[in-house]
Amino acid sequence: MESAVRLRAAVTLLGRFPALAGVDLDITPGEIVLLKGPNGAGKTTLLRLCAGLCTLSTGQGWVLGHDLSSERRMVRRRVALLGHRTGLYDDLTVAENVAFWARAAGAGPQDVEEALERLSLTGRLADTRVARLSAGQRRRASIASLVVRRPELWLLDEPHAGLDQQTRDTVDTLVRGAAAAGATVVLATHELERIAVLEPRVVSVVGGVVRGDNPTESHSPNSPSDAEGDRRGS
Amino acid sequence: MVRDAWLIAGKDLRIEMRSRVGLNQIVPFAVTVLVLFAFALDTDQEALRTYAPGLFWVTVLLASLLAIGRSFAVDLADGASDRLLLSGIDPIAVFGGKAAAIAIQLVVLQVLLGAGVVLLFDVTVHRYGLLVCAGLAAAAGVATAGTLYGALVAGLGVRETLLPVLLLPVVAPVLIGATRAFQDAFGVAGAEGWAWLGLLAGFAAIYGVFGALSYGALLEEA
Repeated sequence: MESAVRLRAAVTLLGRFPALAGVDLDITPGEIVLLKGPNGAGKTTLLRLCAGLCTLSTGQGWVLGHDLSSERRMVRRRVALLGHRTGLYDDLTVAENVAFWARAAGAGPQDVEEALERLSLTGRLADTRVARLSAGQRRRASIASLVVRRPELWLLDEPHAGLDQQTRDTVDTLVRGAAAAGATVVLATHELERIAVLEPRVVSVVGGVVRGDNPTESHSPNSPSDAEGDRRGS
Repeated sequence: MVRDAWLIAGKDLRIEMRSRVGLNQIVPFAVTVLVLFAFALDTDQEALRTYAPGLFWVTVLLASLLAIGRSFAVDLADGASDRLLLSGIDPIAVFGGKAAAIAIQLVVLQVLLGAGVVLLFDVTVHRYGLLVCAGLAAAAGVATAGTLYGALVAGLGVRETLLPVLLLPVVAPVLIGATRAFQDAFGVAGAEGWAWLGLLAGFAAIYGVFGALSYGALLEEA
């Protein structure tokens, strides 16, 4: 089976700093993968590389069968990245933002309605300008604008940050649903207990390389690989 | 691609209408500059009439810097520029959409400032066709060059100060051509207005093509 993500000795430089220093990684379609590691370990850069937003300085990489060196535009069309920033326009309403990104991806009004409903963004909230939303509501709107894309690869950076319990459950349901539908999900988070319910494969990223890759690892925040990562990151 | 370009243009224009930055800040700035010119030269009404086309276009170019900077600021504010890259929209469509939105704003600005010039500088329009064509061609030229240079500096921390330094020398031909064409349209000098219109159209065409071809690479670096 073709890998959803395949990296070989992948190096990404941010300026002169090697944010990724030789990553080897294979992710099969439909997997839920948790990237864990200390701050600055390279998790976000790894997600951005998989999204085609960072360049591969050396090494090789393929995402959804497309070469990361020469076919990044093809990769981008098929992935969704939830980063630290929302990607929304403050002066547009929630519905207008979601509709804009839906149209950009070729999705229709029905997809917009569905995404707004799934993230509980209907009614007055849908017609509220993003500038007037709370941080959690902005995060929900941002996720809704990704849902409409129906991506084959979800790249989620701290997807539960700033969300209340109910919306966290909604995100978990979305992740499960995406994986069940055949999409691949890669998450980076420090909330390991939270993610455990999704039963992900755990990949430890430390110092820009993959230090541990254990598909059957339990997801305790006190697991050895996590402790190792914290020591190396400090 | 045309559909995507209008999607981008529609989004940018809707944001501008909602935020009212253009109406509440850029237009007042432009009117203030025009009034200051009038104050500086008001003892000589004939000089005001003669120099009205040049003063008008200097004002438009200064105000266009704000509009261009704003166009890229809204994309950078909360990571929408990354989403645009991930959207799969062709960079040519993004370029065309952003340039179209800026050009439309500049045309609106020209209409408002044009009324101000007629009132403050006591000029009379003799050739409406030339005036309209030159205004549209100049707006297209400034918008295409501005979109290109706006993307070039978008990822830099010093973009607000670097954009005028890079863009104003580049659009000098627009200033010259549009001023000459407007001099002819206002009947204040014997310039060959239609010939200068050719320069404006050529400038817009060159930067349109050049911008469309290079915009993808610029977005990658932004």
